[in-house]
Amino acid sequence: MSRLTSDALSATEGENQQFLVFSLGEEEYAIDILKVQEILGYENVTRIANAPDFIKGVTNLRGVIVPIVDLRIKFHLDKVEYGGQTVVIVVNVFDRIVGIVVDGVSDVMTLTPNQIKPAPELGMSMSSDFLKGLGSLENRMLVLVDIDRLLTSKEMALVEQVEQVAG
Amino acid sequence: MDITDFYDTFFEEAEELLTDMERYLLELNLEEPDAEQLNAIFRTAHSIKGGAGTFGFEALQKTTHLFENLLDHARHGELNLRRDIVDIFLETKDMLNDQLTAYRNGEEPDQEAFERICKTLQQLAEEEIKARGDGSPGAPASQPQAQTREAETEAAGEGEPAASLLIALLGISEENRALLVEELEQFGTVIAQSGDAERYEVELETTTSAADIESVMCFIIEPEQIETRSATPSAAAAAEDTSPASQAAEPESKAAAEPIAASGASEAAEQAPSSQTTAPELAQPVEPQKPMEPKKTASKPPAKPKGGAENSSIRVSVEKVDQIINLVGELIITQSMLDQTVSQLDGVTNGSLVNGMSLLQRNARDLQEAVMSIRMIPMDFVFSRFPRVVRETSSKLGKEIELHTEGESTELDKSLTERIIDPLTHLVRNSLDHGIEKPEEREALGKPRVGHLTLSARHQGGNIIIEVKDDGAGLNREKLLAKARESGLSVSDSMTDDEVWQLIFAAGFSTAKEVTDVSGRGVGMDVVKRNIQGLGGSVQIMSTAGQGTTIRIVLPLTLAILDGMSIKVGDEIFILPLSTVLQSLQPTKADLYEMAGEDLVLRMRDEYLPVIAVHDALDVEGAQTDPLRSIAVIVQGEGRRYALLIDDLIGQQQVVVKNLETNYRKVPGVSAATILGDGRVALILDIAGLHHLSQRKKEARQTSLDTSAKPLPTSTEVALS
Repeated sequence: MSRLTSDALSATEGENQQFLVFSLGEEEYAIDILKVQEILGYENVTRIANAPDFIKGVTNLRGVIVPIVDLRIKFHLDKVEYGGQTVVIVVNVFDRIVGIVVDGVSDVMTLTPNQIKPAPELGMSMSSDFLKGLGSLENRMLVLVDIDRLLTSKEMALVEQVEQVAG
Repeated sequence: MDITDFYDTFFEEAEELLTDMERYLLELNLEEPDAEQLNAIFRTAHSIKGGAGTFGFEALQKTTHLFENLLDHARHGELNLRRDIVDIFLETKDMLNDQLTAYRNGEEPDQEAFERICKTLQQLAEEEIKARGDGSPGAPASQPQAQTREAETEAAGEGEPAASLLIALLGISEENRALLVEELEQFGTVIAQSGDAERYEVELETTTSAADIESVMCFIIEPEQIETRSATPSAAAAAEDTSPASQAAEPESKAAAEPIAASGASEAAEQAPSSQTTAPELAQPVEPQKPMEPKKTASKPPAKPKGGAENSSIRVSVEKVDQIINLVGELIITQSMLDQTVSQLDGVTNGSLVNGMSLLQRNARDLQEAVMSIRMIPMDFVFSRFPRVVRETSSKLGKEIELHTEGESTELDKSLTERIIDPLTHLVRNSLDHGIEKPEEREALGKPRVGHLTLSARHQGGNIIIEVKDDGAGLNREKLLAKARESGLSVSDSMTDDEVWQLIFAAGFSTAKEVTDVSGRGVGMDVVKRNIQGLGGSVQIMSTAGQGTTIRIVLPLTLAILDGMSIKVGDEIFILPLSTVLQSLQPTKADLYEMAGEDLVLRMRDEYLPVIAVHDALDVEGAQTDPLRSIAVIVQGEGRRYALLIDDLIGQQQVVVKNLETNYRKVPGVSAATILGDGRVALILDIAGLHHLSQRKKEARQTSLDTSAKPLPTSTEVALS
């Protein structure tokens, strides 16, 4: 937890940050806008066999093969539907391009450092390791996702982990 | 600007020069050495020395200096080249390469090796050149400058006298200027210097040709930054007049040059005396270079301008090229998408659009071809290293072997050329060692003493065919079979020749009577085959007893494009590399046999092939599960054959190979991905990986059935859970 508080502290000291707000089910999440490369519709995803269920497959982004992760499955949401509103946020994390499927993108918000509160320990669905904190607005609460940590984490299985032994 | 910025350029150029040097040395006809070639060898050493001196690579400079001295004697006919001398030269070249590598890694070269090679070269100079008995010439290189200089002027007899050159340095900043002038002082005496950053003129009294100076300076500055010309026509004439006069040519021409310098720009005259006095001092550290210079003869052809190569080619990072290839691939896909749309339109009302589309299609294809050709480099890049291999191996084995190469200009993707070198070297050594007989044996068989080894390359369809052909003993069928039995391989006398020849690729197989340090340990041929297969290629052997063996490697032209067979399983499309596909058939009940539990094998002629149901291995839903209604594709992977059960064959097509690991990770059973005409991604299947996958699935099912659930084999590849 010490790391988290220090993160929150550094955020308080820092400048205002911009976040892209998206929805997963009823909840609102947000990621650092500087990580976002572009936003696509969900289509033409080629399934990859024997991958975890939240990895939907790969798609062609102007000649680059990009894996698509469905955060709704990852976060164990009840309703996972693919429709016209389903959106893929393409993020660039450590020079890797990954698409994340969300229910919709609402807006871009600027949060002041004191609007960012440290995240409490959450349930099983998402370890607080992957959270930057909670963004509080008048009547809304945004879950600020640390997309770097989340996508490179072992359990996402997006990156080859040398010592990882799956079975 | 820091001088270290130029290090890389120097290293690259020096490396190229060394490669050239080796080639010239190997091409050299020892009975009648071609003056042009000797000059060329000399120039390579000289250019490296110049650069090494500039950058302060002392060991490299000293070695090249000694080397250059010897080469200089050689090109003036004062050193009779023999095979062993050329061997020493080659060794020196290797040494230089090592030194270069050391400097490149920021280390000091091996001092011991440096001293040893210097000693060898000095000894060679003393023995060989003095042995000629005419006394005066060819003093050992280590002697003081003045003495050598005199001796050599004498030896050369009509050595070109020093001439005055006006060298203009364009756009050189003040701090670099001093460095360049210092460099110029290595060629002779700076008589005058003047000018500003834009144009700085140095008058140099030297016996080195303008072209040589330029070629050395090009290590440091751009060719367009230097201009050289004779100081004045009269100066040149005056200098020439002195030439037949006497050995005193040097002081005389100096005297001649001085007044001319004085008659030039007035400020130049003022600087002249001072620069003259300082010049020898400055030249001190690099002194040993000087003795070389007076020996440039008038007959020496102008040095090949180094800058010339830059005009005809540029260095571009592979990344940039790959990016272009990627973008062009995208363009092709977009174009075929448009094409599909346009083809549905009425051709009469939209005539111009349809015409435009066909034009676009042609241009796009041409563009793709042109872009792909950027990555192509000639096979010469590979073949050029073999003269050395053959020379050394054959002398070690006491054989006389001539190497021929054909089709050096055949082009191949760069990444492939780099990866074909090792397998090819192995095959060549094998031919030299096991294939070609000793000279006595050959004579006894009525064959010419000298064995011939031919390396050839040619294009055929979308492939390149590389052959290693020898006129040696050929493979011995009986010996191979006997050896195979001994090693416990299952063989029969009814095997075809082809099958017998393939035995040499079995691991741990060697028919050599004795193990030599060249080959014969039986490791390697299996690796060769695996490597070539890894590149999407195949190996064939043709052999006739007593007449020789030909090993043929068939490789795709590039790894970036693959000839694929698209197949359908359920609603999904996959690509099989066409090179792995042997045939396809509709299995009948009589062909399929069930083995213990779930395993299924397909009988094809005398062979039983493991059956892999693709839908099972890759969890495809809605696929045809009845083997009798599927299509069986017989494929080959890692030397084994399998039968893949699929729903349908769609057709052949060329696909652009895309790496999955760039943004994702390795996927078991899949080697890469590609983009289809409709913009979708299709996975390219990896046969061997698919087999492992399907095995593991079956095992997993078995264990889940077993109550005594044994743990799954651990694997870094899959998360089956």
